Amino acid sequence: MTITVKFFSLIREAVETEQLTLELKDNLTTIETLKNELGLRGEAWKEALSHPNLIQAVNQRVVFQEEPINDGDEVAFFPPMTGG
Amino acid sequence: MLVHVTDEPIDPGELATGFYSRHPDAAVATFAGFVRDFNDEGRVDGLYLECYVEMATHVLNDLGNTAQQRFGLRAWQIVHRYGEMETSEPIVFVATSAGHRGEAFAACEFVMDTLKTDAPFWKREHSDDEGQWVTVKAVDKDRRARWSTEGLDQ
Repeated sequence: MTITVKFFSLIREAVETEQLTLELKDNLTTIETLKNELGLRGEAWKEALSHPNLIQAVNQRVVFQEEPINDGDEVAFFPPMTGG
Repeated sequence: MLVHVTDEPIDPGELATGFYSRHPDAAVATFAGFVRDFNDEGRVDGLYLECYVEMATHVLNDLGNTAQQRFGLRAWQIVHRYGEMETSEPIVFVATSAGHRGEAFAACEFVMDTLKTDAPFWKREHSDDEGQWVTVKAVDKDRRARWSTEGLDQ
């Protein structure tokens, strides 16, 4: 399956990436397994994606780590929001 | 337009006048937020506000609809800017209209308190050549928490 992954703010800066299109193996079915896979790209990725305050969204909705990922999904990683 | 997320300058006065003319209700509350020129460390020269535009639009729409149901609003509007801004430039505009001032005030405050922690915007303040991402303040978490309905019967 193919998904899009977006990174914002501190997380975007840490991994030096705004957006990725990924072909996922069948066993990568949750946010948690996706984070583990992305962490293999290097220490900066592992550190950024294991940050305790990291927030993740699937299709623009904030979710827990156990959230399943499906073909065509848009996943995003970012720190706590500070708008307004 | 109920929700507008834009990287163009916004004019709260013009937005308020437009809202009043479209929604001449008994009670209309408006709020405008501007880029501050100071933080805990000192002077701030400007602000970069990063935004996940598609998600922000969804979150603000949901927030306005929730406020409408919870406070019985007759109308509402949320406009939020992102991108590079100078101090004193408007960042956000919220308008709420209701049959009574209590509901209009409360809804406007509810929208702002929730928006600050739930809508995907991230502030990076800069002074001279140095920039720093703004972290979530305890007061913002507290203000957000006081609107929680968890544990209530309704």
